[in-house]
Amino acid sequence: MGVARYIKDEKDAIRDVVYQSGIRIKPSYSPRDLEEVGFDYAKDLGDPGEYPFTRSLHPLGYRSRAWTTRQYTGFGTPAETNQRFKLMISHGQTGLNVAFDLPTQMGYDSDDPRVAGEVGRVGMAVDSLRDFEIAFKDIPLDRIGSGLTINAVACIMLAMYQAVAEKFGYPAETISATPQNDILKEMIGRGAWIFPVDPAVRLVGDAVEYAVRELPRCNPVSICGYHIRESGATPAQEIAYAFEIAKTYIAEVQDRGLQPDEFVGSFSFNLNVYGNLWEQIAKFRAARKLWARMLKEEFGVTQKKNLFLRGLFGGGGSGLTKAQPENNIMRSAFYAMAAALSGAQTTALCSFDEAYTIPTPRAALLSLRTLELLMDEVGLRDTVDPLAGSYFIETLTKQMEDRILAEMADVQQIGGMRRAVALGHIQRKVSRQAYEFERGIQNGDYIKVGVNKYTEGVEDQPDVELHAYDESWAVQQIDGLRELRRVRDNRAVSRTLNDLEQGARSGRNVMPFLVDCCRVYATVGEMAEVLRQVFGEWEEPSIF
Amino acid sequence: MAEKIIKIIVGKPGLDGHDRGAKVVALALRDAGMEVIYTGLHRTLEQIVAAAVQEAVDVIGLSIMSGAHLPICRRLLDLMASEGIQDIPVVVGGVIPKQDVAELKKMGIQGVFPGGTPFEEIVAGIRAVAV
Repeated sequence: MGVARYIKDEKDAIRDVVYQSGIRIKPSYSPRDLEEVGFDYAKDLGDPGEYPFTRSLHPLGYRSRAWTTRQYTGFGTPAETNQRFKLMISHGQTGLNVAFDLPTQMGYDSDDPRVAGEVGRVGMAVDSLRDFEIAFKDIPLDRIGSGLTINAVACIMLAMYQAVAEKFGYPAETISATPQNDILKEMIGRGAWIFPVDPAVRLVGDAVEYAVRELPRCNPVSICGYHIRESGATPAQEIAYAFEIAKTYIAEVQDRGLQPDEFVGSFSFNLNVYGNLWEQIAKFRAARKLWARMLKEEFGVTQKKNLFLRGLFGGGGSGLTKAQPENNIMRSAFYAMAAALSGAQTTALCSFDEAYTIPTPRAALLSLRTLELLMDEVGLRDTVDPLAGSYFIETLTKQMEDRILAEMADVQQIGGMRRAVALGHIQRKVSRQAYEFERGIQNGDYIKVGVNKYTEGVEDQPDVELHAYDESWAVQQIDGLRELRRVRDNRAVSRTLNDLEQGARSGRNVMPFLVDCCRVYATVGEMAEVLRQVFGEWEEPSIF
Repeated sequence: MAEKIIKIIVGKPGLDGHDRGAKVVALALRDAGMEVIYTGLHRTLEQIVAAAVQEAVDVIGLSIMSGAHLPICRRLLDLMASEGIQDIPVVVGGVIPKQDVAELKKMGIQGVFPGGTPFEEIVAGIRAVAV
């Protein structure tokens, strides 16, 4: 139950169900429903691996390849993170998903007085290339792909990733990094933004343009409906806003003279698997189809592979509860099943202890095992898109499609996502919805097991093991940074930072300048400060 | 009998940008009849204290999700003391483990509302300390 609205009679029989995206659900479905929504196999589904890819991107789905698991990892110092990376790889994880601490995400060095107490707290502290050299030591960068969960300074991290690969002898064309690099969603929710909307979108464009030319295996932007959903958006809004954000970035890169067919195949998505099971499945199927159709019809994309909605469908943290935390293990397993039934290519789960802490190794491993179990034990690899043809699922998929298009039209009416974010329109809407949803949970309109129903035993709930924050990490990190500033070639640093400033002011692509800065061990804080001087900082619109 | 309208500042100190909780609580407090000033993201404690003085608030509320609630609260109370506004009650919400609640209370935080605390409890808790 949970997130949908249920109207019941006095005998607890369900009278009516309305999903968050606004779709009313009937007690049963039949071929008549398919007729009513105008369902057409060839047009709406197509065979797996065929346009519009509603069923699957690949003809054989998980038969040819199980999903990639990419648990979010990285904390404390680069050395600790390196240990954790190796542990996850030895447990069978096939991609890394790197967490950075807040100072790094916000473009400050570890010794900046503004960041006291935050160094290494929610992820790995990165000040310079030296830290990447430690974190990625002995990781086969030509085989393991890395998600870099960073946005405002994603261009700096991508440059640093190239620099570290170069240092370890991996040619630029062999490395695969996915910097998150979706600044508009940071402005809607999650909040790790620095620069105003226009220069921030320009930096996204710089990374995409550069990757197309120099880093062909990198996915320079990962558009995150995920966080927008966590901030209070409905499933239909999640997809609609992600697509409107994607259109903003596409237009930015098109302005540089590139054709969508040259770059849009490198876009990926980070989407949320939280909510009603059927609504989620319909959402992902509708999203694959709408994305392919939009690229083909609106942007003239012709190559098949460029029409794929690729990405990570991850179990959403906002569905997990603080009360009875062990219930989250079961919840996550069902989210993972929804992801598998939706044909997720890459996946990850929030760990059951995340309402309390950064995942402990034990909890992170349990998440990984849940994902492996679905693929290897339960039978999710047997056949592609097993729910296809269900009267209910196909009707719902068509209805989701309409809802997503309606939400996109709402953004277009304001003048597109750039403007909608600058004005605070989206932020206002999702915050209001988040509030109303919270109220619904508190007054029992939405059922949350262990929170407002079946709450027995909550009082003596087990204390989850907490991820300890070690103050000595910060000391160690700051000592290393001071040592680096002493031994590096400071003239080369000044020269490359100066070049960066000229490049940023002149409107040229900043990426080659950033790579040069990284190579000579300029720090993240130094590079970001140059960009702050040139671009200024964003003033959040008031949403109250 | 007209009740005094409580004026509260809801602050997001530090670098953390997870503001769903802060915004949701701000809306709940406003619906409960309080005058709410939301600082926006990435505020320094100095900025929050200055705004609290300027707006003459009755209560200061902080939302902290990063795990740094202990050092942040300690520093806030020190700053308030040096500004001479140590009498303004401070409440905190966010990701706060059970075992830290006592320590926060001991240092002088008057209300602690970990994620998931019912709005009514937050409203009542703030009303109780605002007088």
